[in-house]
Amino acid sequence: QVSVALKEGRVTPTELCQRCLSLIKSTKFLNAYVTIAEESALKQAEASEERYKRGQPLGVLDGIPIAVKDNFNTAGIETTCASNMLRGYISPYNATVVQKLLDQGAVLLGKTNLDEFAMGSGSTDGVFGPVRNPWSYSRQYKEKSVPKSHSEDKESNWVITGGSSGGSAAAVSSFTCFAALGSDTGGSTRNPAAHCGVVGLKPTYGLMSRHGLIPLVNSMDVPGILTRCVDDAAVVLGSLAGHDPKDSTTIQDNFKPFELPDLTDVSKLSIGIPQEYHVPGMSSEILALWSKAADLFQSAGAKVVEVSLPHTRYSIVCYHVLCTAEVASNMARFDGLEYGHRSDTNESTESMYAATRREGFNDVVRGRILSGNYFLLKQNYEKYFIKAQKVRRLIANDFVKVFRSGVDVLLTPTTLSDAAPYVEFIKEDNRTRSAQDDILTQAANMAGLPAISVPTALSERGLPVGLQFIGRSFQEQQLLTVAKWFEKQVQFPMIQLEEVKRHDHDVFQDQKSTSFS
Amino acid sequence: LAPWVPVVGLEIHAQISSNSKLFSGSQVQFAAPPNSLVSFFDASLPGTLPVLNRRCVEAAVMTGLALNCSINKKSLFDRKHYFYADLPAGYQITQQRVPIAVNGSLSYSLCIDNKMNQMVTKTVRIKQIQLEQDSGKSLHDDTRSQTLVDLNRAGVGLMEVVMEPDMCCGEEAAAAVRELQLILQTLGSSQAVMAEGQLRVDANISVHHPGEPYGVRTEVKNISSMRFLAKAVDYEIQRQIEELENGGTILNETRAFDSKLGCTVPMRDKEGKQDYRFMPEPNLPPLILYDTKSLPANMNHQQVINIDWIHERLPDLPSVKREKLVEQYGILPEHSFTLLNEDGLAEFFENVVKQTQMKPKKVIGWILQDLLSYLKQHSLSVKESPVSSFLLADLLNLLEKKEISSTAAKQVLAELWKGEGKTPLEIVKERKLQQLQDQKELEQICQAVIDGQENEVIMVVLG
Repeated sequence: QVSVALKEGRVTPTELCQRCLSLIKSTKFLNAYVTIAEESALKQAEASEERYKRGQPLGVLDGIPIAVKDNFNTAGIETTCASNMLRGYISPYNATVVQKLLDQGAVLLGKTNLDEFAMGSGSTDGVFGPVRNPWSYSRQYKEKSVPKSHSEDKESNWVITGGSSGGSAAAVSSFTCFAALGSDTGGSTRNPAAHCGVVGLKPTYGLMSRHGLIPLVNSMDVPGILTRCVDDAAVVLGSLAGHDPKDSTTIQDNFKPFELPDLTDVSKLSIGIPQEYHVPGMSSEILALWSKAADLFQSAGAKVVEVSLPHTRYSIVCYHVLCTAEVASNMARFDGLEYGHRSDTNESTESMYAATRREGFNDVVRGRILSGNYFLLKQNYEKYFIKAQKVRRLIANDFVKVFRSGVDVLLTPTTLSDAAPYVEFIKEDNRTRSAQDDILTQAANMAGLPAISVPTALSERGLPVGLQFIGRSFQEQQLLTVAKWFEKQVQFPMIQLEEVKRHDHDVFQDQKSTSFS
Repeated sequence: LAPWVPVVGLEIHAQISSNSKLFSGSQVQFAAPPNSLVSFFDASLPGTLPVLNRRCVEAAVMTGLALNCSINKKSLFDRKHYFYADLPAGYQITQQRVPIAVNGSLSYSLCIDNKMNQMVTKTVRIKQIQLEQDSGKSLHDDTRSQTLVDLNRAGVGLMEVVMEPDMCCGEEAAAAVRELQLILQTLGSSQAVMAEGQLRVDANISVHHPGEPYGVRTEVKNISSMRFLAKAVDYEIQRQIEELENGGTILNETRAFDSKLGCTVPMRDKEGKQDYRFMPEPNLPPLILYDTKSLPANMNHQQVINIDWIHERLPDLPSVKREKLVEQYGILPEHSFTLLNEDGLAEFFENVVKQTQMKPKKVIGWILQDLLSYLKQHSLSVKESPVSSFLLADLLNLLEKKEISSTAAKQVLAELWKGEGKTPLEIVKERKLQQLQDQKELEQICQAVIDGQENEVIMVVLG
């Protein structure tokens, strides 16, 4: 709708851009952004305005403010991965997906915060500090939370965004942009999407280019899309998907952008409920919601079946081996020689490497590198890495079997519970949290399948809960169609942010439509 | 003393002759200004991905076919991890699990006892050929305690050719490498100039008694010419024999050849045994090659490589060229070796033959003795010869027509070397070297000589 507004001249790109920029400033306490590219954004907005004036917008995305997770390369703009290792690193090139957005006329507002090098499920472990979930400041949450004592700092029970694309999720959730790019390796787009009440799409591996995305696990990473509604996600996907000669893992087939039909009849649909996703530690609220959703499909005429993905319980361990091994390999390039942080140590090249890497990486990254190298040692390779690859194949086959049996889409929760308060979350270390939080999301990464988290309802604490749909390889159209239908049924409430209200009524009005398509 | 059997295997890295690098688009060029040919990928900038260079794959397939290898229709890429200043990514992309070509052979010839007319043919098995990235160069500046890194070479495509330990001495190793070099140059898959680092050889050497298992081997690196290769191998064999005969043991180590001292020395052992933590390269799908049978019907020609197509277009290999020279011109096999051994000499020879009536069997003598020895004396390549094939042919025609004697011809040739631009005929006239054909004239001259030397004539007549 905002796109229409731009076209009709009700609002101009520069106005839109400026409003977003000032909203970013007034929501600074969320710590969603690492870098704000004010000057270049305004220039892009001006250029867009020119095009609209001439009646020649580049497309639906022309003039739309977006944000990009800080592990994507953006030419001329600092790209840090929330790490000391890349502080001050100015990318000399644009990631392909960033370039595509810019080519469509989108306005890049800035880079969003994350867990260091995308390792984490809270967006709490980056060098710029944790990201705060905008819902912490919503009326819905505040109404439900009981202040423990009068003198208690109102701010101390803020909740996390989830991770690792927490900054992007928070940015979209707080209306500072209309869409954001995240990345998804084990759930890093879907997890924060669920906690922040936005749509988080993980495309099929090989559909979108990873050129320019600083890798975590090359064989599982994908760029993720965060938006306020499913239609918007489809629009962004349409402009980003397709073969990239610079990325040899993208498929060669021509990709055709699609429009999402408004599904009315779900009777031909078969929804699978994987029994293994009923894991211990899942909140009863989420279980209830999951059940309710299944019932919703059933009463609307869809076939809802319980299915089995028997190797689910091995996925966390398998993921841990493969992920750390690739991390150890991918992080080997950070030696302080060509770019990034370099330690002052002068004694020898080796001591310089060691000091640089100790200073540049946080504990989480270093821990994964050490584990990964352990698994890659000659004497361990067969036992761990090869074994894990075989298990990965089994996990992927589980999905193949289920889809072959006639199931169209799987329905699962995205997270085990609603967002935890920061002070609770940090009581456990990153590895423990990741292992817990990734359990529902990372099998899709192992199998390369598309998956989407759709905001479903508010929890008892007034925080968003999302449910996840997992689809067949390269069947994003079907997946998003189902997701869109579901979105319409549940009518997830809009966040009521005082800061936003106070700031600019007009912005709120425009953005009430929560979509730009 | 029981005899010793030396065993020599070789690992040869040949730089692929291509416009751009193996996985990136930056240019390949020798001696360019430092760090001027480095793409984002070569510098390992985060987020960059490898894209396989088609030409490099073709070069490896050509080489594999020329060395009688089986070409693997599916081969894989791996990462080999180690930290070094000239390896920006902290790993090299190579083919450890399944290389592009395996199980080939190379035939080469040796002269027995340095006699050119006694040549023997030997074969060495080729274990495999793999594609991999070259590293950058690091220059250690000890005076300023710094290391300078030039990444121009980082990422250039290499073919590693592994020769099984079928060789027994420096001479064999050098001859095998020489033949490989000629093959690579003929194919054009590598320019294979050792001096420019386009061909690097590491030798694996061990000794054992006949009937016993192979001994511990050492690896010898830092060999910068063919001549040094033979020296290094022979030195190391000798060193090992002496060591063992004195009751010592051979360490499984890497040694460097010191060309000044003519010996091998242990290399600074930094980390003991290296564990390279091999891992599949996740950013490159398996490399699939096709042949005419397996080629899918509507495949985009740009996207596939057809092994048969390449096979059909292979040029004549050196061994075939030699055979043809012997057959066509009636020269000896050892002549054909020398002709092919000098860059451009075979061509020169054939050009002369084309332009002269003199029989090739006679021409060859002038080429191999007069021309070649002169060039060697003055360290000139055939290309740099002041005497062109045209001029030499011209001269040989004069000789063939008996207008000059062969002694005179040599004198004219000596004059031609000066490169003053005179034709053979001009020199002949200048120096009055014309052979007299006229019987009568000759008789007159002889008579005049006899008449002028009365005493000597009487002495001769009297016996």
